[in-house]
Amino acid sequence: MELIRLKSKEQDAEMDIVTFNKKKFRFSDWFAEKVIKAVAFLSIAVVVLIFVFVFREAFPIFKMDKKEVVATEVLVQESYGGAETESGSVKVADNQVANSNIIHGQEEKPSSTLLSNTWMPVSDNPRYGMWPLFLGTLKVTLIALLFAAPLSILAAIYTSMFAKPRIREIIKPVIELLAGFPSVVIGFFALMVMATVFQDIFGYASRLNGFVGGIAMGLAAIPIIYTLTEDALTAVPKTFTEASLGLGASRRQTAFYVVLPAAVPGIFAAVVLGIGRIFGETMIALMATGNAAMISMNPFDSVRTLSATIGAEMAEVVFGDTHYNVLFLIGSLLFIFTFALNALAEFYFKNMVIRRYQSKK
Amino acid sequence: MNDIKVKVKDLSLRYGTNLALKNISMDIPEKMVTAFIGPSGCGKSTFLRTLNRMNDLIDNVTIEGEVLIDNINIYDKNIDVVNLRKKVGMIFQKSNPFAKSVYDNIAFGPRINGISQKSILDEIVEHSLKQAAIWDEVKDRLFNSALSLSGGQQQRICIARSLAVNPEIILMDEPASALDPISTAKIEELIHELKKQYTIIIVTHNMQQAARTSDLTALFYMGDLVEMNRTEVIFSNPAKKQTEDYISGRFG
Repeated sequence: MELIRLKSKEQDAEMDIVTFNKKKFRFSDWFAEKVIKAVAFLSIAVVVLIFVFVFREAFPIFKMDKKEVVATEVLVQESYGGAETESGSVKVADNQVANSNIIHGQEEKPSSTLLSNTWMPVSDNPRYGMWPLFLGTLKVTLIALLFAAPLSILAAIYTSMFAKPRIREIIKPVIELLAGFPSVVIGFFALMVMATVFQDIFGYASRLNGFVGGIAMGLAAIPIIYTLTEDALTAVPKTFTEASLGLGASRRQTAFYVVLPAAVPGIFAAVVLGIGRIFGETMIALMATGNAAMISMNPFDSVRTLSATIGAEMAEVVFGDTHYNVLFLIGSLLFIFTFALNALAEFYFKNMVIRRYQSKK
Repeated sequence: MNDIKVKVKDLSLRYGTNLALKNISMDIPEKMVTAFIGPSGCGKSTFLRTLNRMNDLIDNVTIEGEVLIDNINIYDKNIDVVNLRKKVGMIFQKSNPFAKSVYDNIAFGPRINGISQKSILDEIVEHSLKQAAIWDEVKDRLFNSALSLSGGQQQRICIARSLAVNPEIILMDEPASALDPISTAKIEELIHELKKQYTIIIVTHNMQQAARTSDLTALFYMGDLVEMNRTEVIFSNPAKKQTEDYISGRFG
């Protein structure tokens, strides 16, 4: 009582009469509101500006109609393995360097090579075929996902439904800690340790390949998928669990037949965001995948991902060159993909979750 | 009075160190409706949940004493809780159908018990819905989401769902507290029907409901069982002053 009295006495001196018939200007409130607003808009502006910049740099690729490096005399085509050359008529056999037709004065739009099967941006006859990069990215993403998704979803089911609170309080933060792991460290680990171990186990030819890269990138995606799945599972109303257990379902049955189906949209969102993470992951891809742009379905072949291509080549490219533009095109595509994936997770799946529990009609 | 179905002996329950139920002993007869009344926080719901070990889900709960169902102590170490809960069904305050079709809601229990033959499931679903007096209302939309039904219908779906696993005892935790008077009347009518086959234990805030539906009434207060007797006796001639005060609205 004493304390309250003292305080109110002090306050009395400051604000003796409270009037509300006149609007009072509160500077600090006004200022705080404006600052927060400005910061919020600034971050949106930054995203938009990056978007604009990347697209602007990518755009010239579609405008250029003249090939910058005009093939003059004998064109030497490099090739690794039995890749088919762009000039179509010539097949390169058995790792031998073959001479191709002389394409005098033949004008080729650089953008027309974008859909070819060869990524060979630095050569006399540069080709910017993005298929190997797409394929590599997809391959690595798939491997990473097949590894990370089941693992993290099962872990989330365990911690949200089976684990005792004490165990949950250990496991959850530890997995989430993995999210703060610098990807270069994971990449390093994959490069030095995992690659060797896997090679010993599976005995494949190239030490760094899609499989090693995929697993390493899966490690990076696990915390994202795990955390979001955990959230989705704990967001399932407890009444469902109670109802199920009250009907004599075991914990396992409750987890897999009641809670899991109810959380499916949220888990989808988690997986989609995980894909986004893997898609954009550069450092691990650069370090662990071997970076050979080739078209192959074998998971144990080296691959080169879209993001790793930018990471590896951007520093050495001629400013304003076609190659430069193509790298920006790749950047824009990555941007669009991850944006689309995030939008899908954010708007579609989240609404699905909300509709699931709240739809009365 | 019918045979004793549930016999509770000196049951005490603690949440951490907080004593929520103090030495409760009571006998609950078979195929009758027993109502628990009392002010909020008096322990009646907690007590109800001890009867099918629903409190196991909460951490830090310690229970002493015995609950005998058909002369078997359900707190014995060898008890299979999953099967116990099949025998002792539960209806919750807030209707909680799964986000599935009406049919899948009812068929959930039989399915987890390994019944997958469609004709049997169909039969169980129809029978349970009829028992819960909702068949006529939902027979044309068995495959619509159960969440599209009204609150009262949802609650009867939940009752049908618990009937589908063939329980012997049905615990109802304020099953009508979130419903309008018409839906409440339907649930009460249903309780009246169901007691021919099942032992029903109902927690309610509504004393008229207890008076209307139950054969026996128990009054809880602050974790104590104040008085338990035939409903007519409790409401007309209670033995304790505290009971009289509560039912006449002087406290609580």
